[in-house]
Amino acid sequence: MTSSTLLSIITFVYGLSAFIYIFSWVFKKPEVARLATWTAAIGFIGHAAGIIWRWNESYGLGIGHAPLSNLYESLIFFAFSLTLIYLIIEYKYRNQIIGAFIMPLAFLTMAYASLSPSVSNHIQPLIPALKSNWLIAHVIACFIGYSAFAVAFGLSLMYLIKQREVDPPAGGSGWLELFPGKQALDELTHQMVMFGFIFLTAGIITGAVWANSAWGRYWGWDPKETWSLITWLVYAALLHARVRWDWRGKRSAYLSVLGFAAVMVTYFFVNYLPGLHSYGSS
Amino acid sequence: MAKETVSAGPLRGLYKFFASITLTITLLLVLAATSVIGTLIPQNESPEAYFRAYGEIFYRIFSALKIFDMYHSWWFQSLLILLAMNVVVCSIDRLPGVWKIVFGVRSRFKAAKFKNKPGKTEFLSTEPPSVVKAVAESLVSKSYGHVQVKPTRKGFMIFGEKWRWSRLGVYIVHLSVVLLLLGSVIGSIFGFDGYINIPEGETVDHVRIRGTGKIYPLPFKLRCDDFDVSFYKNGAPREFRSDLVIIENDREVLKKSIIVNDPLRYAGINIFQSSYGEMQAEAPRPAAVSRPEEIVLSLTVSETGMLYQKKTRIGKPFDLPEGLGKFVVTDFVPEAKFMGQPIGEALTGILTPAGGQPVEVTLPLRFANFDKMRKGRVIISVLEPSAGKQMMPVPGKKKRFYTGLEVTSDPGVWVVYSGFILMLAGCFVTFFMSHEQVAVEITAKGKKSLVSVAGTAYRNKMAMQRKVQRLSDKLAAGTKAV
Ligand code: HEM
Repeated sequence: MTSSTLLSIITFVYGLSAFIYIFSWVFKKPEVARLATWTAAIGFIGHAAGIIWRWNESYGLGIGHAPLSNLYESLIFFAFSLTLIYLIIEYKYRNQIIGAFIMPLAFLTMAYASLSPSVSNHIQPLIPALKSNWLIAHVIACFIGYSAFAVAFGLSLMYLIKQREVDPPAGGSGWLELFPGKQALDELTHQMVMFGFIFLTAGIITGAVWANSAWGRYWGWDPKETWSLITWLVYAALLHARVRWDWRGKRSAYLSVLGFAAVMVTYFFVNYLPGLHSYGSS
Repeated sequence: MAKETVSAGPLRGLYKFFASITLTITLLLVLAATSVIGTLIPQNESPEAYFRAYGEIFYRIFSALKIFDMYHSWWFQSLLILLAMNVVVCSIDRLPGVWKIVFGVRSRFKAAKFKNKPGKTEFLSTEPPSVVKAVAESLVSKSYGHVQVKPTRKGFMIFGEKWRWSRLGVYIVHLSVVLLLLGSVIGSIFGFDGYINIPEGETVDHVRIRGTGKIYPLPFKLRCDDFDVSFYKNGAPREFRSDLVIIENDREVLKKSIIVNDPLRYAGINIFQSSYGEMQAEAPRPAAVSRPEEIVLSLTVSETGMLYQKKTRIGKPFDLPEGLGKFVVTDFVPEAKFMGQPIGEALTGILTPAGGQPVEVTLPLRFANFDKMRKGRVIISVLEPSAGKQMMPVPGKKKRFYTGLEVTSDPGVWVVYSGFILMLAGCFVTFFMSHEQVAVEITAKGKKSLVSVAGTAYRNKMAMQRKVQRLSDKLAAGTKAV
């Protein structure tokens, strides 16, 4: 067995957890959600072990490096920080419905990493430009930021669903009965956006410092850099929109969805454009 | 005086325009949207490539809008300048008010301010007000740096306040945005970005500027003693290393081996490992061709993409097509060199653009695309005579490499880096430290006390409600609530 086998198993654990969260939401059985939480937590521990194991394996191959150097490893780390942030939120806010919107994202990410034939799970040696501690800081900061934005995205979807409910049925028999309140969803989204913003800022900055130490320029308008800036600008606009018009609520939720779309482009689609960051492609 | 009153109106309007956050949101979103263009249309390619890809009409439109180098275009830079003015004016507009909140005398707390705060709690304690007051005071002072106690008609009010300075965080973030823009301007005015290829064992004293191809003299000489590349088992490169020596006044002042991610820095100039190549071995051999009688040139006009052929002789000037000027082949060089690197046989010539200064042009026989580097309006290459056979490597001789170096200088980088640090610090303060106030009101109810706790926060109001609840729970537990 190798670390990638373990990580494929984790994929199914997360899938199971996501399924139970959704089941508990749709069939209004809050008591089974506990099971989902335990499943996610056990999966998370195995996930952490898988990452450390892979790290160790790379040393066994004589090309030791942190497992953050290609698309497979970045997807694994993304799902890892996403699950971590989710579990912390569940612990802090004691609401298990949110899991029905976040754990599927973690499951899909892991499934894409483990099952897609276009994502190679080989441990590859580092090419010279990637040998840098700034790079490790860069990747960690970016992916924590992306995960926070992913959680914000899930919460915004919940908000948008919730706000369509005109008249909550008396006695609370609707699907949305166990949802957090609109204001709570909105504030939690904002928290996640702030959290993501500071990490994305740190990610862009460490990336700039890395580029400066490798190529002698901190900014070169390559497509990946530019898209991370676009993402950053959208979230900066969202932060200001809340200041200016007290844009809490619907419009703020739409901007958060737009911001997450920019994250997806930065992460996946930029690799189809020319530029220096092509190492992310496989 | 009269003049001032006349200009006050428009100036006031301009000030209001730049102090508005609506402008900020608009600019941020417009910058995001326009930045997308440059990721869809590759930047800084050759004009022919664009012409082929987009056709004449779009080529002309894009070119007029500077889309091919859009991040340096006047309109994109104007957006950035507008953003800078926006952030400066907005800060000037708001800072004095915030300054007063942060550094001014502390305002007397007003009970009315907390009257209807959401999350306000209330309970009845069996202790008298003086006992509750002591417990509450110690609890509040645990989390709040500033505490005031005020006797009321039937009891006490206790106020706590903390982190009012965190309101300055946003201004630190905004200052950092200005520093980033300023640093990049300093870099583009006083810095340069060049490259050079140095064959092992050779010395250079200049680099070429990226983009324009202009020669930039270095304040020292640079020698490459050795270049090495090592590979992983799978054939991917593991490391590039160049042994460099800096020479000043014929003295070796610094020696360093550079690898990717570990540049050489000297006299404000940074030298980075960026590429490498293998030199063709220099075998002594007769020139493949001698001074030619007849020459056939191919002429490509960059703007229109039209291709022409021209038969000529050494020393015979002719007119370039499309009225682009005159050209004359001046000489044949059997062993030409370019930036210290042998390029084989070449023709040299003088090109006099219409209404421009004459320039010397080198046309190597083996490299048909060589003249493209000049980025001129017409690209010249030699069709006849054709180059001699490829030079053969001499067996037993070590391969010789040249190292490709990126040579840059950016005096603005420290301004940018200070901006980075301030931005992170400012965001941290702004997002995670909120200006908070709490008020505990204790009113005598016979021998017991009616206690209420309320609080406000500048940001994250729901977390504040939870904090109020926790404080209230602790206070209730410590004062025998019923
Ligand atoms: C790229 C440029 C900018 C960045 C990164 C930036 C960043 C920020 C951040 C992080 C906040 C805190 C948001 C929050 O409270 O959640 C903020 C607030 C604010 N920004 Fe900006 N900003 C920028 C440009 C501007 C400009 C041009 C203006 C000019 C009007 C402006 C005006 C404000 C104001 C008034 C606030 C609210 C301050 C408060 O809460 O008291 N910002 N900005």
